[in-house]
Amino acid sequence: MEFLVSDRGFHSGSRWLLVHAVLVFAFLYLPIAVLIIYSFNGEGVGGFPPHHLTLDWYRTLFADGPIWDSVLNSLQVALAAMVIALALGVPAALALERAQFPGKALFRRLVLLPLILPGIITGLSLLMLFNVMGTKLSLMTIILGHGTALISVATTEVFAGLQKLDRAQEEASLDLGANYWQTFWRITVPNLKLPIIGAALLIFTLSMDEIAVSFFLIGRDNTLPLEIWGRLRRGITPEINAVSTIIFVFSLVAIVFWYRLRVRGEGGADAGGEIVQAVAGNT
Amino acid sequence: MGLNVTSEMAAMSATRSAGGAALLSIRNVAKSFGKNAVLRDISLDVAEGEFLTILGESGSGKTTLLRIIAGFETASAGEVWMGNERLDRQPPYRRRVNTVFQHYALFPHLTVEQNVAYGLRVAKRPDAEIVARVAEALEKVKMSAHAKAKPSKISGGQQQRIALARALVNRPRLLLLDEPLSALDANLRRQMQVELKSLQREVGISFIFVTHDQEEAMVMSDRIALLRSGELEQVAKPREIYGRPATAYAAQFIGHTNLLKGEVRAGVVHCGPLMWASALPDGVALFSLRPENIRLAAGDVTTPAAVRARGNVRQQAFHGATELIRVQCGGELVLVVRTPGGCGVLDGVELEFSPADAVLVRESPERI
Amino acid sequence: MFSRAYKAAVTLPPLVWVTVFLLMPYLLMFCYSFWSVSASQTIVHSWNLDNYRQLLRVDVYWQTLLRSMWIAARVTVFSLLLGYPLAYFLSFYAGKKKDLLYQLVIIPLWVSYLVRAYAWKTILGSDGVLNTLLQYVHLTRHPLEFLLYSPFAVVLTLTHIYTPFAFLPIYAALEHIPRNLVEASHDLGATPGQTFWRVIFPLSIPGVVAGATFAFVLSLGDFLAPILLGGPSGIMISNIVVSLFGAAYNWPLGAAISFCMLLLVVSLLFFSERLEKKWSFS
Repeated sequence: MEFLVSDRGFHSGSRWLLVHAVLVFAFLYLPIAVLIIYSFNGEGVGGFPPHHLTLDWYRTLFADGPIWDSVLNSLQVALAAMVIALALGVPAALALERAQFPGKALFRRLVLLPLILPGIITGLSLLMLFNVMGTKLSLMTIILGHGTALISVATTEVFAGLQKLDRAQEEASLDLGANYWQTFWRITVPNLKLPIIGAALLIFTLSMDEIAVSFFLIGRDNTLPLEIWGRLRRGITPEINAVSTIIFVFSLVAIVFWYRLRVRGEGGADAGGEIVQAVAGNT
Repeated sequence: MGLNVTSEMAAMSATRSAGGAALLSIRNVAKSFGKNAVLRDISLDVAEGEFLTILGESGSGKTTLLRIIAGFETASAGEVWMGNERLDRQPPYRRRVNTVFQHYALFPHLTVEQNVAYGLRVAKRPDAEIVARVAEALEKVKMSAHAKAKPSKISGGQQQRIALARALVNRPRLLLLDEPLSALDANLRRQMQVELKSLQREVGISFIFVTHDQEEAMVMSDRIALLRSGELEQVAKPREIYGRPATAYAAQFIGHTNLLKGEVRAGVVHCGPLMWASALPDGVALFSLRPENIRLAAGDVTTPAAVRARGNVRQQAFHGATELIRVQCGGELVLVVRTPGGCGVLDGVELEFSPADAVLVRESPERI
Repeated sequence: MFSRAYKAAVTLPPLVWVTVFLLMPYLLMFCYSFWSVSASQTIVHSWNLDNYRQLLRVDVYWQTLLRSMWIAARVTVFSLLLGYPLAYFLSFYAGKKKDLLYQLVIIPLWVSYLVRAYAWKTILGSDGVLNTLLQYVHLTRHPLEFLLYSPFAVVLTLTHIYTPFAFLPIYAALEHIPRNLVEASHDLGATPGQTFWRVIFPLSIPGVVAGATFAFVLSLGDFLAPILLGGPSGIMISNIVVSLFGAAYNWPLGAAISFCMLLLVVSLLFFSERLEKKWSFS
């Protein structure tokens, strides 16, 4: 079987592993495939087999005002959250990787906590904060929520990038006469370009899809996921299949792009592994 | 060519198949990774109880050959036989062959004892037997005191011994060692060379040792198989390879040598200012002359038929017991001479060697 | 290595932000849990333990919490059962296709939760794809009711969502196992099966623990899947919290439950970290 370049040619158990792998991939992708197929189905959601291919649902979608408003809102939120998360996450990564200070361990855990904490806890605690501060809920509160929760993503990506950076390069720079600030801008930052871009991409995508934290911080304006959510509560329409398909395609492109960036930055296929390590407490 | 060379080749093929019962027989093995041919047509026999070294530079294919014997790679062509069975048809876990890996590959989650016991446990030997054999193996490598330690807590040299014990405790018919000493520092290395050699004698099983260090090969081996770019350059006892290298590459790879390119005309070899009589037919010939076979001539005392040369010292390198002196002898010819002490006179030194010490070698063709 | 000014510039902003927007909110939640709500729907700042007493005494909270943990446990087990062999396959058998397959696994991870949960809703409903398919091929006569609006649907959907989460750390752990250990094991006579149980699995345990923690903690706190697919029998603890912050308007009680969840999660993380360290050998 040319598909498998296995380490040993003698092992028959590998056939079962292959079967298992195929089944798991099917499990992971069939629902999405169904969604996409049925977004073209004339009779809408459900029913088998699908027939009567149509673009009607997409047409309805494009004429749907509130959806596009929410898309605009989501874009604003995602961009703002991206800026906040990076502006705080990059220094946080530097602090964790380079500096020693009291409370560092607590700081590290706090920054990384939103990665594994269920969104409801982060969302509710922020809600209580805004309540006490008397802040009205709006897109701004959502931005603050996303920004805070996603700092952890920026930090882990940049941290991993810093670890891959060869200290000898910075030492060589100092040896050749550049001071700390010059070294930082000429050597450190350029090497962090890829992780930062990757982090930005990831944060943007996650923010566009975010629902758990947003659920509690929403004001009058909906983000796209919350708009869809609202409609789902009222009943399923095939239009939702159409918008879901579009979301899927965009996410797919963004993530593949992010992955390629990450792999290009280090030549290894462990993209995403740093987030895992961070949560597993091994940062 | 002349008689010399054919008899060389005859001798070579004789030593390829070691006298007596061959434990392992490698027949026409070739291996390619994609378009990259790493091994080409290797045939070699390993005798019972023999210490054979596969010597070669990085990229020569020596590790690949070892891995084929161990079972981690399959040959693209050819066969490997052990006794009456085809070894290469069996998966690694069924072969009576064990390996000492280059970086030891000790299991980090098991203690030293558990590491050594691994093969026996897997074979479901009775507990009492395992305990006894493990203790014996640890004793042999002098690591009994560390039985309960984890591999991360012992030094490199100690890990190496454990790797050895772990392999030997299974009483394999053949032990493969993949550059096991390369990670050790020089002194420890020399010590381990001696220990490994005596261990092999004691245990009596065949060792196939892979290394790029020619000194190591000469010290330890019963026979050396010199591998270059996937082909066997020469297979012979260390003294044989050293004294009568078959090719220029063999002559240069093992020890120091002077490669003399000469022309034979009417029974006389001409090599720059050097001349000596020879029975070789007319044509170009290549000779290997070891630095220790060249002497600084004292005055007029000459042995008949000795070749004389005159030159100026260009460099002296101190090597502890001896010195290596580079002497320029007219034109382009530079001879490297090994002397017990330094050379006082710098200009106009007289060198002398016996023509018998100029060994005819084959040109080594360029291989991709 | 760097100057004080640099250190301060780099450390202070995130520190301050995180204190204001992460630490303080949690503390605030802690405080809220001791307050109560008055008849006129305002929050009274009188400190008492009433909320916690209520949690201990009233059945529905206990039962829901246990049910949530049971659902989370099943999701964890299934995610591990699906994710581990997949990770093993990718790491040891996929050869040149490893990279591509890895991307295929992580893509669903980052694609909208909502999209995926919604997809299952359309599949499992009585008019959904699965039911109509089964009837079409005459395997069933009537739609299977238990497929949707049940704990089954929640477990199925959450397993779908969290299997890649479980996969990632297991894969990372497997990739870190030096291949020469596998070769050494074979060399010493162990078959691939024996090698797996004696060498590969023990060394992958930290990854398994991390993956299990991910799946369990995130499933436990999930409230979206139960609303979409859980029906009345699929309510989880977070749904109760959501309603306390919504229609049932009792923020302090909701805060108490949330805070308990926070404690539970943090202690789980603590223990899983200890467990991982114990089983890590490099």
